[in-house]
Amino acid sequence: MSGVVDPFVVNLTVFVLAVFVGYHVVWNVTPALHTPLMSVTNAISGVIIVGAILAAGTDTLDFGSGVGALAVALAAVNVAGGFMVTQRMLEMFRKKAPRASADASKSSGGH
Amino acid sequence: MSVSQVALSYLIASVFFILALKGLSHPETARRGNLFGIIGMTLAVITTLALVASGNVLLVIVAALVGGSIGGIIAKKVEMTKMPELVAAMHSLVGMAAVLIAVAAVNNPAAFGIHVPMPLGNRLELFIGSFVGAITFSGSVIAFGKLYGKFKLRLFSSAPVVFPGQHWVNLALALVMIGFGVAFFVAEDAGWMPFSVMLGVAFVLGVLLIIPIGGADMPVVISMLNSYSGWAAAGIGFSLNNPMLIISGSLVGASGAILSYIMCKAMNRSFFNVILGGFGQEGGTSVDAGQKSVRSGSAEDVAFMLSNAESVIIVPGYGLAVARAQHAVKEMAQKLAARGVQVRYAIHPVAGRMPGHMNVLLAEAEVPYDQVFEMEDINGEFGATDVVFVLGANDVVNPLAHEKGSPIYGMPILEAHKARTVIVNKRSMAAGYAGLDNPLFYLDKTMMVFGDAKKVVEGIVKAIE
Repeated sequence: MSGVVDPFVVNLTVFVLAVFVGYHVVWNVTPALHTPLMSVTNAISGVIIVGAILAAGTDTLDFGSGVGALAVALAAVNVAGGFMVTQRMLEMFRKKAPRASADASKSSGGH
Repeated sequence: MSVSQVALSYLIASVFFILALKGLSHPETARRGNLFGIIGMTLAVITTLALVASGNVLLVIVAALVGGSIGGIIAKKVEMTKMPELVAAMHSLVGMAAVLIAVAAVNNPAAFGIHVPMPLGNRLELFIGSFVGAITFSGSVIAFGKLYGKFKLRLFSSAPVVFPGQHWVNLALALVMIGFGVAFFVAEDAGWMPFSVMLGVAFVLGVLLIIPIGGADMPVVISMLNSYSGWAAAGIGFSLNNPMLIISGSLVGASGAILSYIMCKAMNRSFFNVILGGFGQEGGTSVDAGQKSVRSGSAEDVAFMLSNAESVIIVPGYGLAVARAQHAVKEMAQKLAARGVQVRYAIHPVAGRMPGHMNVLLAEAEVPYDQVFEMEDINGEFGATDVVFVLGANDVVNPLAHEKGSPIYGMPILEAHKARTVIVNKRSMAAGYAGLDNPLFYLDKTMMVFGDAKKVVEGIVKAIE
């Protein structure tokens, strides 16, 4: 056997291995953090922004780059929003030491 | 940058994404994990920007800033009770972005380094990426509407929308979609006609797939759409020959699939049973209250019982989220703890409208997470507990799940009925989502407190003085 492996086969290899990695990593996520898991995966799937950048960043301004720019904007909502809201939630899980109740009710009324 | 350098930096970004998920195995390491995710994303974006340095960089940056600011503002402002809505909205954005990228690729394959005219393999991958994206988009929009619950449109109502022959219509549409997909493969030109028809059908299919699923099955729906959004990203990764997109998409796809599985198992229903929908559609059949009597009490009665108990377990449900009662609950628990009462929280996997929803609400109210227990860890404790306080939960504490022949037979429940005393807060005696009566409410040791969870708990806090 000789010759070049079809890129599809290479991609398929990456895909199958990545599914296995995902499977094992996600089973280890503690159930208490399943909501942050969802929001961080929202952010990570926003990595589709790289495809959008390629579409928008062509040398000409035309239909394709317009569609691409829209996709960049949509994906950016996910990237920024996903990571930031995950951060916000995880900060809540950090506050572990019980505080005085007056203090707690003050800080919680702010949002 | 050479092609290999680009590939290497994408590889590093992929590793960071895996580490981001790995961090979530414990609350203490989770923030570091999120940071890894941010690093990976920054690396991926900067690398890609370098690739298009000679093109419309300004356009890209402006679009990214606009989207990023919107995302940032929403992330800062969103209430924790609204997380399911936010997550559904974000799924729809990924789906739409995938569709738009596919459109751009059909329009100008060369921009992505795809051969012109587009080879069959790329067409197949684009077809998959775009139809999964389209279904994710329209399905998530419907899910968002159902969760938001304030739109008048019937499609967005929390109750399942079913009609005769629904599944056959869906099957037929799926076949039409695949048919036009095939026409897209074999097209001599760009194949716009079959491509756009295929997309249109996929959008409709997304709507039809989600409308028959009822409100309380939302944890499964959200997880499933989470999974779809990942597969859509992976599909686009295939067509762009980008391993980083494939890896990230697969991670997300696997994550959503596992969460769907966990949610289905917690309801003892098969995935297909949930997806085919219609469950609990005759729900809301009010229970015939004339035959059986319940004991109801006031907030003062509850305050008395709670402060004289040695151990209390609080079972929060969707009613707590709707009433935004988490802060009041925490205040009540603190007052009880100050009187020497041991207070713990028991969380059923499908409590709320998305996986882990209750945990986040309690964390928001600064309940220490070591007081919050998952079902398997606390179910053995109910028998030795003085008072169980069920707040806005119903089906997850329904003992009918232990009785053969009941519609929810076999569903794992929190065994609240084993406690010495049970207090249940509900708005009314209306049946739960499954449309079932709950024998727990009629036990001699059960006391009902009717009313909005927040108002009731605030009343209890006052009465504990």
